[in-house]
Amino acid sequence: MNHLLSIEDLDRHAIERICDRAASFAEAQERDIKKVPALRGRTVLNLFYEASTRTRSSFELAAKRLSADVVSFVASGSSVEKGESLKDTVLTLSAHRPDAIVIRCPWAGAPALLPRWTDAAIVNAGDGKHEHPTQALLDVYTLRRRLGSLSGANIWIVGDVLHSRVARSNILAFRAMGAKVTLAGPPTLMPRDVQEAFGVEVRTTLDDLREADVVYALRMQHERMQEAYVPSLREYASVYQIDGRRLGPRQLLMHPGPVNRGVELSGDVVDSPQSLILEQVAAGVVVRMAVLYEVLASARTGEPAPEPQTA
Amino acid sequence: MSAPGIDPLVRAPVAAADMLIRDARVLDPRAGHDARHDVLVRGGEIAQIGEAGGIEAPAGAEIVEARGRNLFPAFVDPHVHLRTPGQEYKEDLETGTRAAAAGGFCCVVAMPNTDPVVDSASVLRSLRDAAARDARVPVGFMPAITKGLGGLELTEMAELRAGGALGFTDDGRPVVSAGMLRRALQYQRLCGGVLALHEEDPALSAGGAMHEGRVSALLGVAGIPSISESSMVARDAEIAGYEDGRVHMQHLSCVASVDAVAAAKAAGWKVTAEASPHHLCLTEEAVRGLDTRMKMNPPLRTETDRQALIDGLRSGIIDCVATDHAPHARDEKEVPFEQAPMGTTGLETSFAVLHTELVLPGVLDLATLVERMTSGAALLDLPTPRILPGEPANLCLVDPAAEWVVGEDGYESRSENCSFAGRTLRGRVLLTIAAGAVAYRERGFAVSAAPEPEGAGA
Repeated sequence: MNHLLSIEDLDRHAIERICDRAASFAEAQERDIKKVPALRGRTVLNLFYEASTRTRSSFELAAKRLSADVVSFVASGSSVEKGESLKDTVLTLSAHRPDAIVIRCPWAGAPALLPRWTDAAIVNAGDGKHEHPTQALLDVYTLRRRLGSLSGANIWIVGDVLHSRVARSNILAFRAMGAKVTLAGPPTLMPRDVQEAFGVEVRTTLDDLREADVVYALRMQHERMQEAYVPSLREYASVYQIDGRRLGPRQLLMHPGPVNRGVELSGDVVDSPQSLILEQVAAGVVVRMAVLYEVLASARTGEPAPEPQTA
Repeated sequence: MSAPGIDPLVRAPVAAADMLIRDARVLDPRAGHDARHDVLVRGGEIAQIGEAGGIEAPAGAEIVEARGRNLFPAFVDPHVHLRTPGQEYKEDLETGTRAAAAGGFCCVVAMPNTDPVVDSASVLRSLRDAAARDARVPVGFMPAITKGLGGLELTEMAELRAGGALGFTDDGRPVVSAGMLRRALQYQRLCGGVLALHEEDPALSAGGAMHEGRVSALLGVAGIPSISESSMVARDAEIAGYEDGRVHMQHLSCVASVDAVAAAKAAGWKVTAEASPHHLCLTEEAVRGLDTRMKMNPPLRTETDRQALIDGLRSGIIDCVATDHAPHARDEKEVPFEQAPMGTTGLETSFAVLHTELVLPGVLDLATLVERMTSGAALLDLPTPRILPGEPANLCLVDPAAEWVVGEDGYESRSENCSFAGRTLRGRVLLTIAAGAVAYRERGFAVSAAPEPEGAGA
C-alpha cells in the first residue's frame, strides 16, 4: 500500500492486516517505554487545513511512537490564507522531503491529487464530506476487539449522514468486513440515493433500533439548525438522541467524537459500560501507527510491509 | 424594430477559396444530398455540384481528393465561451475560433459572461472590432439580458440589437426572477432577438458541484438536483408562452427538462433547446474519480437522463447540438474538485465524439447528426449552411474512419480542460471552409493545385 486515500481502495484482507498490525503495536503500548524504532529517520508531515486537535495529535503521537520525525503545518494563518494553492503548498512542503504527508482538508478528493506533486506517501486524515479512512479503521479495530468478528453484525449509523465523512468511510469498512449497515436520521440529512450507492438500509426513526448490535452515533453540528436541516436541537434530540431508554443493554455504542452530550447522546449512555468511545480514542494511536508503518515500510517496494521489530 | 442593419457575424478579412473537392460523399440532408459528388468552390461560393469525377478543375483552383471522405455543411455552434474580453489567458477570439474551425464549425456564438460583461453597446462594439481582426471563422455575439448578469436591470437591448446583437443571454447564470424574464420577453417585441436561458434555480442548486444522486452520495460532494433545472425550464417556457416570446433553452441535462420542452412545443410556444456532446455521451459515473475536467454546469447526470437527451435530439425536441465550449486555464482546474470552475472545452471534439459515441453504434444516424449540428443557425435567425449552388461555401470535410486520441497532439484552444481527453475517437475534420474561406486544414492533409493552363499569363 503506497497511500491511504479511501476505504474504497481496501479489501477485507487489507483492513484485517492493518488491524492485526495495530494489535501488535498495542502490545508495545502496554510497556513503560512505548516507543518503537520502526520509522526511525523518517519524516511525517501533518498538513491540516481544518482545525482538528484530536486527529492531529493522534497522528503526531502515532508517528512519534514509531520514532519518526514529525512536523505539523496548520494552514490557518499561513501562506494558504495568502492565496497559495494546494499545489504550491504541497510543492513547497515537498521540498523538505517528507516521507509521508498526512492531510486533512475541506475538499473531497484533494488527498488523491497529492501524488501528482510529491513522492511522499499520502494518508487521508479527512477530506471534505468524502472520507475519513483512519477513523473507519480504528472503529473496525475497536469492534473486532469487542466482537471478534464483524461478520453478520448489525450496525446502525445514526444522525447527519449527509455531511459526514465518518459515515461514508465506516459504511464502506463495516460492509467490507461483512456487517449489515442501517442508516437512520432526519430525511433532510440523508443523501439522496444513498441506499443504492452503498447497499444499505435507511430508516427515518429509531423505532427498530433494537435490531442493532452496534449503534454508531454521528456528531450533530450546530450549524445545521441555521441551515434549516432540522427545526431545533430539542426536536432532533427528542427523535434521534441515543439515550438509556432507546439503547438496549446488550448493544454497543460508538461515536467519533467530540460528543455533544444531551444532543445526539444522553450523558448516561456516554458514561455507560456499553460505550466504546474512549476505546475508540485509544485505538486511534495504534491504528494510525499501523497505517503510517504500512505506507512507509511498503511504499517503495510494493510488497506488504514486513513485520516491525516491536521488541 | 426590424432586423439589425449590420451583419451580426464578424471575422477577420480572408481570401476567398477556389477549390475543387473531388469525389466526396456529400451529405446535406436539407439540400437532399447523400451521394458521391464533385463540389466546386469559386470565389468563396459553391459554383457547381456535379457527378463524381465529372468536374474539371479550373485553372489555379486547389484540388482536394476526397474519395472516402464526407463533405458536410459546416457546423454552427450557438453556445461558446471565447473569454474575451478580460480572460484571454483562458481563450481569445483567435484561439477560440481556431478551435472552432478545427472542429468543423463555420460559425460560433459567444456568450457574454466575460470581464467586463458584454452588456453595453460600447463593449459589444469593441468586441466586434477585435473579432474583425482576430476571428478565423465568423463570430456572433449574444450580450447579456441583465446588466452585469445581475438579474436586476435590463440591458439596453434595442441599442445592442442595432449594434449587432444576435440575441440575449445571462448564460452562466439563470434569470432568477420570473418578473424580470417576463419584462425581457415583453421588450423582445421591440428589439427582437431570441433569449437564450441557462436554467437553474439557485435555491435548489447552491453549493452543489455535481449531479445529486448515487455518485454524489458516495463521494460526499454537494449535489445539484435535476429539478433545479427542469423546474425553471417549465416555468420559463410557460412565461414565454404567455408573452408569445421566443426563448432558447441552453444545455438541457435531464429527463424532466426534455419533457418540459416537449410540452412547450406541443402547446405551440416558441421554445427551442440544445444539448451538449458531454451531456449526450457522459454520465455521473465519469465524475467518480473527481476529475475536474468532468465538472460542468449543468452537471453530468444519469444514464436515464442521457438516454432522454439522445431521444430528444433524434426526435427534434432538442433542436441542436451546442458545445458550451468553456475553456479554463490549467492552474484553475488543477485544484480539488469542489474548488474547480465549471466547464469543459468542446469545439474540437464535438463531431468526433458524437460520431463515435452515437452514430457508429447506430444510435443516431449521420444525417440527423449533421442536421442537428447546423440547425443552431436558424434558431438565431442566421442563414443555415447548405451545399447548394450559389450559396456561400460553408463546408467541412471529414475522414470518417480516421482514429485519433483527444489531446495527443495538443489543442487549438488555449485551454486543455476537455472532458474527452485521452479518448480514442473516430472521425476527423480535415478541412473547414467558413463563409467562403479556408479556415482550417488538418496538418499533413495534402491538397494539390490544378496546373495553370499553358500559355496563361503570369
